Amino acid sequence: MSPNGENTAITNEIIMCKESLSKSASKKRRIWDITEKMTEGLLFLSAFIGVVTIILIFLFLFKEAIPLMADPAANTLTSKNWYPISNPPVFGLLPLIAGSIIVTFGAIVISVPLGVGAAIYLAMVASPVVRETLKPAIEVLAGIPSVVVGFFGLAVLAPLIKDIFNLPTGLTALTGAITLALMALPTITSISEDAISSVPRRYMEASLSLGATRWQAIKTVIVPAALSGITAAIMLGIGRAIGETMTVLMVTGNAGIIPDTFLVPVRTMTATIAAEMGEVARGSDHYYALFVVGAVLFLMTFVINLVADIVSRRMKEVE
Amino acid sequence: MSPKVAEKVAFHVLRAMAAFIVLVLIIVLWDLFSKGFPALTWEFITENPRKGMTEGGIFPAIVGTFYLVLATILFALPIGVMTAVYLVEYARESWATRIIRLAVVNLAGVPSVVFGLFGLGFFVLFLDFGVSILSGSLTLALMILPVIITTSEEALRAVPNGYREASLALGATKLQTILFIVLPNAMPGILTGSILGVARAAGETAPILLTAAAFFLPRLPDSVFDQVMALPYHLYVIATQVPNADPKIPYGTAAVLMILVLGLNLAAVLLRSYFRRMRRV
Repeated sequence: MSPNGENTAITNEIIMCKESLSKSASKKRRIWDITEKMTEGLLFLSAFIGVVTIILIFLFLFKEAIPLMADPAANTLTSKNWYPISNPPVFGLLPLIAGSIIVTFGAIVISVPLGVGAAIYLAMVASPVVRETLKPAIEVLAGIPSVVVGFFGLAVLAPLIKDIFNLPTGLTALTGAITLALMALPTITSISEDAISSVPRRYMEASLSLGATRWQAIKTVIVPAALSGITAAIMLGIGRAIGETMTVLMVTGNAGIIPDTFLVPVRTMTATIAAEMGEVARGSDHYYALFVVGAVLFLMTFVINLVADIVSRRMKEVE
Repeated sequence: MSPKVAEKVAFHVLRAMAAFIVLVLIIVLWDLFSKGFPALTWEFITENPRKGMTEGGIFPAIVGTFYLVLATILFALPIGVMTAVYLVEYARESWATRIIRLAVVNLAGVPSVVFGLFGLGFFVLFLDFGVSILSGSLTLALMILPVIITTSEEALRAVPNGYREASLALGATKLQTILFIVLPNAMPGILTGSILGVARAAGETAPILLTAAAFFLPRLPDSVFDQVMALPYHLYVIATQVPNADPKIPYGTAAVLMILVLGLNLAAVLLRSYFRRMRRV
């Protein structure tokens, strides 16, 4: 073989190699391309699971709530009593809604001043070290399971309230309100703190340079500027309190009457579902009535969260 | 009152409010742990409840919670991460993404007992899974989905765009970039979110009340279609329905549950701050 021929052979070999390489590369590439398309579809589908869930929750709650509407027992929905096992049964939603509202209201009255105050302190007054210690500590409070808070309320708070107010039972709306305040506090504090911290520094600097004290600046400039964020925090706190189940189930005494003070037992919507759903026969009026309660609860929290979302979105737009 | 004095007073009041919250936290934790720790014996953790749950241990409840949480994360993690990847890497702002985001926000606000009710109606009765680990963990998975989606989204957004561009410029496909560059870099954040989700699932009672939890079941489940005992439900049962139980039992159960949930939360917080510091370096 001439040296020239050998060269050609080698060149040919190289070309063949290159071709097969690029062939396998393009084959690989094609596989990746197909996978790419399929992945995007798959990801979109899984992203839609959240949407499907919300729709399913909506459908199932109302599907199971509607049969009661066709029943004579539906007339009792606006009654002032919840006597599900009397004959004929009475499914008055008012005492349950009133129960939920009174404990939530009590919880908010306690937790909003404390939570917002602590948030202002953390964001504006506290030294960085204090802030970095207290913020996680308050987050710990958020991590305590609701059943444990309920147990604490039952074992410690209820006897205390019974003694202080000299009541026949410590399981009252007040006990529920205090334990719920405990659970709503971290939400309110940490979201308010975020809102206050995100007010631009120059607001504070401008106020100080005009001769205001830090407190005057906080009171008249910073807090008003963060107000929509604080409102969102409060709305989320309300949402958390009204939807909380185990705590109120354990500490509010579960009496289905419309309360006139904080010192009587009440029965909330959530506690009613949790306490009674396990024992009802599927398809009975009572069963459907509990789904009506669930649907009402779902709608209330839905509206509260929607308002919170709109308010916090407006906050972001202002920034 | 001069403005200076007013400021002093106001700051003291604010400080007192923050201190009050911390004080309450300390009282709650002190009460639970000081009475709970003495109950934590080896027998308590490894034995079945005895004599109508007035004596004995909580072993089946610990195992039950472990199974529930494990199954929950198996369902929730892939779906949550995939949703986050779609929202961050693929989706353009459109009506579809707006609806997805709205759904996630609303899902986060649905009360846990409503999840329970839905789980009962859909998984237990409609799909006929029965009151079982499967129904309970699917219900819990839907509940913690928003936590995992939001934290994963945040973690994916924190990966610098330069990483993606460099990878694409080297000829990697989009999927290759996501699998080999973006996801590994976002892993700490995703892990944090998963731990938070697990902690939440482990502590919730209302969703499993109607879908998975057994009042008393002194044996371990042998399939996903079995009922289980679970720590939070067990605490509820003992505290409210077993009046003559040794007070050590509810306090001990509460302590175990708190150690589990707060331990997971702490792990998540530490992990997050550790990786944030790593990134800053």
